[in-house]
Amino acid sequence: MTSETPNSASAQDLVLDELGIDQEVAEGAAPERDIAVGLGENIMEIRNLTVKFGGLTALDDVSFDIKRGEILGLIGPNGAGKTTCFNAMTGVYKPTNGTVTLDGESVLGRTRHRITRLGLARTFQNIRLFGEMTALENVVVGLDARHKTSVIGALLRLPRHGREERSAIDRAMALLEFVGIADDAAVLSRHLSYGNQRRLEIARALATDPKVLCLDEPAAGFNPAEKEDLMTLIRAIRSDGYTVLLIEHDMKLVMGLTDRIVVLEFGKKLADGLPADIRNDPRVIAAYLGEPEDDAA
Amino acid sequence: MSTTDGPTLVPDAQAAQDAVNRESASKKAGPFQRFGDRWNGLRRPQQWAFLLIVVALAYALPVLDIPILTTEPGNDWPITCFNMAIFALAAVGLNVVVGYAGLLDLGYVAFFAVGSYVAAMLTSPDSPFLHIPYLWTVPVAMAVTMFFGVLLGVPTLRLRGDYLAIVTLGFGEIVRILATIIPAMKGQVGFQNVGRPPGTAADGSPVFSNSNGTPWYWLALTIIIIVLLLVGNLERSRVGRAWVAIREDEDAAEIMGVPVFKYKVWAFAIGAAVGGLSGALFSGQIGFVNNQKFDVPTSILFLAAVVLGGAGNKVGAIIGGAIVAYIPLRFTAIADYKYLIFGLALVVLMLWRARGLLPARQRLLAYGRTAYQRVANRDSGPPTAVAAEEGDAK
Ligand SMILES: Nc1ncnc2c1ncn2[C@@H]1O[C@H](COP(=O)(O)OP(=O)(O)OP(=O)(O)O)[C@@H](O)[C@H]1O
Ligand SMILES: [Mg+2]
Repeated sequence: MTSETPNSASAQDLVLDELGIDQEVAEGAAPERDIAVGLGENIMEIRNLTVKFGGLTALDDVSFDIKRGEILGLIGPNGAGKTTCFNAMTGVYKPTNGTVTLDGESVLGRTRHRITRLGLARTFQNIRLFGEMTALENVVVGLDARHKTSVIGALLRLPRHGREERSAIDRAMALLEFVGIADDAAVLSRHLSYGNQRRLEIARALATDPKVLCLDEPAAGFNPAEKEDLMTLIRAIRSDGYTVLLIEHDMKLVMGLTDRIVVLEFGKKLADGLPADIRNDPRVIAAYLGEPEDDAA
Repeated sequence: MSTTDGPTLVPDAQAAQDAVNRESASKKAGPFQRFGDRWNGLRRPQQWAFLLIVVALAYALPVLDIPILTTEPGNDWPITCFNMAIFALAAVGLNVVVGYAGLLDLGYVAFFAVGSYVAAMLTSPDSPFLHIPYLWTVPVAMAVTMFFGVLLGVPTLRLRGDYLAIVTLGFGEIVRILATIIPAMKGQVGFQNVGRPPGTAADGSPVFSNSNGTPWYWLALTIIIIVLLLVGNLERSRVGRAWVAIREDEDAAEIMGVPVFKYKVWAFAIGAAVGGLSGALFSGQIGFVNNQKFDVPTSILFLAAVVLGGAGNKVGAIIGGAIVAYIPLRFTAIADYKYLIFGLALVVLMLWRARGLLPARQRLLAYGRTAYQRVANRDSGPPTAVAAEEGDAK
């Protein structure tokens, strides 16, 4: 991570201070992780991304940057192409045109599991956990993305397997605790409450040790108290040095949480800027805020 | 800041729904579910003691010849035991493919056939090939079937569900047809006097004779135990987790970093190797291999064994395999209807969405037991990140 953090330690503190983040909290939740916050530097660049489904252009020549250490909001009315944008970025759909880079490396053209190991993790709008696995096992699947044990190593229980299994359990428990569902570690994920399933999705995505974490409507179906908790959690995630891309319909949450916002409408990028500017942008108001707000809850 | 501390409480409606879900899940569970739960409640030494008794009983099985269990006079009891072991072993292998990875393989008998032919063609005097001692054919059979597993898997495992089932069904037939049309495989004439493990009894007759099932059964049982331990190692590792993740949601697994294709091919290869192993044992005991024994219905019987036992559970697969082999030999009057009976059993299982006799789920963590105990023991856990930060803010 050193090459990615040109800032000195003091500059890092400054950034964290500016963001209003308590350094100790940040270090407590992810101790072994470098806090890589360098505002202004692009970690991801999305250029001219176009996705067509037959005749429908779901995403039309969309370009934006994600800056290291920020929480970037991706908003837009229903069907605007937000999820499609996630899918194109994470290799689920093959875009018709465009490039996506993460830390200077091209994302497109790689298989999906390699994209994950490159440092891009996501959650799903419609929860997709491994239902017959416990919460703990779900998280360990995410951790496996960084494990090196071979099939033979697992078959014969070679030493590395033991080491990785042991450290995986500790790390997975820490992640479950971080998102607040450690008490449910032994519960099958399909038996978890809806809110805890969403939290587990976040823990599983974090387990792959991403540079950029993409959350697709993590607050869908949450009540105000749960939304409040989620905001705290996402802030804690960012202060651990993860960059967050957030799709969300709830304007209060988006405005309260994000550093910058990209607005999509009909597959095109409508605007991009600071929350205050977006809130006052007449085009955005016309396209999105003017409409009766979609209340997914 | 919200007033809730740590994890938010579940709304009541949701909690009620969860309770219903849990309940219905336990209703669909198999008849041995309670046994599974109780088993997990036992302490380690108790489990070992219990296992020791079960293993001892399993070894004693051909000698015990219990009156209501026995298949005699119709069928020799020790040979019945051996057949049960062969089916159980094959079911353990198929369970890796179907139960863990969720890949519907309708041509598993092909691997069984390849294993049988490898053992026969490397030991039978009827075979023009190089001859090696019988026991050496066992690893060779596994290697060759593994190769065939990869050969079949690489082009087909990118296919989804139904297509894969059809291609494997075709593969099951291809091996039988090849055995018929390739002259070196001798079609219906087959290979006589397949080799056997060394050893002669006091009277000079071989220990592993075709008519005495007991030593063969003991050999097969020993191999089953070894295979169970190894498959258990895989289950409680990233390999088992990858398989179950693929079964649960292939796309989500890939997006979470699981190299889906690679682990599917491994599942096929490992399943094939165990099938080949079981085939090699089978041909050794029978002493004769031709193209008549490896038809598609046998594939379906293997599948029935896995599903009946509770797909995904290796112990269930053993019980399922043993039952599928046992019933036609015990109740000879209904033996001709075995496909009908097991077919109906499968349909009933599907209709009730029941999950087989022993559907206890996979344990996917090498040190999961201690981890879960730690969770169970903590009354009120340490503060979560959310709670901690809230505390700081105050
Ligand atoms: N696999 C697909 N095949 C065809 N059309 C699709 C597919 N996925 C998305 N679309 C279409 O692309 C458009 C954008 O969909 P997308 O899911 O990206 O919207 P979204 O912004 O995420 O909306 P929401 O807020 O409802 O989640 C929609 O018109 C949708 O119907
Ligand atoms: Mg969407």
